[in-house]
Amino acid sequence: MAAITPPSDEVLGVQDLTVSFDGFRAVNGVSLSIRRNELRVIIGPNGAGKTTLLDMICGKTRPSSGSIRFNGRELTRLSEHEIVRTGVGRKFQAPSVYEDLTVRENFEISIPGGQGVWGSLLFRRDSVARERVYSIAKSVFLEQSLDEKAGRLSHGQKQWLEIGMLLIQSPQLLLLDEPVAGMSPRERELTADLLQRVCQGRSVIVIEHDMDFVKRIANTVTVMHQGRVLSEGTAEQVQSDPRVIDVYLGH
Amino acid sequence: MKELIRRGSGEIIFVAALLAALALVLDPFRLSTVAKYMSFAFVAIGIVLMWGYGGVLSLGQGIFFGMGGYMMAMFLKLEASAPELPDFMMWSSVETLPTWWQPFHHLGWTLLLILVVPSVVAYLFSYAVFRKRVGGVYFAIVTLALALTLTVLIIGQQGDTGGANGITDFRTLLGWDIVGDQSKLVLYAVHAVLLVVAMAVCRAILHSRFGKVLIAIRDREDRVRFSGYNTAHIKAFVFAVSALLSSIGGAFYALQVGMISPDTIGVVTSIEMVIYAAVGGRLSVGGAVIGALLVGLMKSYLSEAFPEVWLYFLGALFILVVAFMPHGLAGVASRLRVSR
Repeated sequence: MAAITPPSDEVLGVQDLTVSFDGFRAVNGVSLSIRRNELRVIIGPNGAGKTTLLDMICGKTRPSSGSIRFNGRELTRLSEHEIVRTGVGRKFQAPSVYEDLTVRENFEISIPGGQGVWGSLLFRRDSVARERVYSIAKSVFLEQSLDEKAGRLSHGQKQWLEIGMLLIQSPQLLLLDEPVAGMSPRERELTADLLQRVCQGRSVIVIEHDMDFVKRIANTVTVMHQGRVLSEGTAEQVQSDPRVIDVYLGH
Repeated sequence: MKELIRRGSGEIIFVAALLAALALVLDPFRLSTVAKYMSFAFVAIGIVLMWGYGGVLSLGQGIFFGMGGYMMAMFLKLEASAPELPDFMMWSSVETLPTWWQPFHHLGWTLLLILVVPSVVAYLFSYAVFRKRVGGVYFAIVTLALALTLTVLIIGQQGDTGGANGITDFRTLLGWDIVGDQSKLVLYAVHAVLLVVAMAVCRAILHSRFGKVLIAIRDREDRVRFSGYNTAHIKAFVFAVSALLSSIGGAFYALQVGMISPDTIGVVTSIEMVIYAAVGGRLSVGGAVIGALLVGLMKSYLSEAFPEVWLYFLGALFILVVAFMPHGLAGVASRLRVSR
């Protein structure tokens, strides 16, 4: 794949990224450019390498080759917590929150800054922190549940809690892996609105299967298949691309 | 939250009152048995912090207990044998004092090293391990192996360390007789006060954001990294704190019991320490202290009454606790409180 000159407002530039597990190339030479404030949706059949791509951006999986530049910084050499501190937030597919802590404590842990040993020991629950936690909780519909243990929330609420934990980190780039999976229709609707608000002022990559949902939120859609980028464009464009219909939408 | 803090300090007040009451009630001999297990209580508190909250199980806390104990004993032994060399060195025809014994001529250096060496060693060692994402059972096995190695090393270096007999026969601290009834009581008071301070510090740590991060690491370490924490650093710190506590406990052990030997710092003791915390309740700082005292005293009693089979009692106790009381005595106590 030829190197493309990145647009001037590029936030994330993925170049020729490849990872192989025991010789199987889960992601094979993927390049991607995400601009400031862009909402990009990645779709593709199971095993297309979508989640693996996000795993590499956030440092969970080390790529075999290729580069990931975020605001000009190479991410492939950083560890997970360092990548978080550069401003990348990751939401996992299964809700992953700290079930033994209260909703409030889940948020407090996620407040950026002072995440070393001393910073954590000296953290004070002052009015600024309180305000911040409350306003985030409100935006993810959890302001009534602040003192409840996270383990007692419903599945959809846990998804919201995790989105809230990411928001409080105020990342410039948000990676969301199937944020509406397992939600009721009502919760889906709320989440779609939430995501549109969340995307203000930051770039977001979402993996999603539900095409109606995709059409509601996406600017640009990237279709992946067998570890490669198959097609890229607006939702209508990719939906009418014969290659896409062949491997994915037609089935 | 307020309720939690109130209950938390209640726990500390309860232990403080108990320790004071024991000093008034017990005769000096029994009291010194209590003091011995108070030394192990320091270790048990550290295990609560590290294992109960951080999810890191170490089966080698005897290493740090031993470091503190040996360093204190080395100072006391040098004082006891001055100006000669310690007796066991002469028996092994060691003619000059080994260099690494030199700092232990001075109490100030000794105390400083007791606080610093175990913490630094624990931090560096465990950071190297945790950074490689080694944890859980593997970490427990590595620490177990280290405890074993240390005892073998000490026994092998008879001339430098006192070998299997350990270091013994010292009676004074800066000329002050430490075996008399009066001084035992003073020592007990200092010991008890420090133990209560240690409990308070640990509770403060657990109530801070750091404590919440520890719980988060125990439940979902991989996720905590994506909240922006270097989890290896956090775990190594808590391991260092537990090593520090163990070392302080070991130093008091040498003072209270009047000897330190490879037996008291080895694998069996290290595992017993985990039993103390488990019985008392691995989520409760106060429970750990009670567990150490109770199991310790029980052990003393059983080993006198049933010298052949007492170890089986201890084993059965551990199995019972693990099977039926996952949060130990403290868990039972708080359940009773809730149901009332």
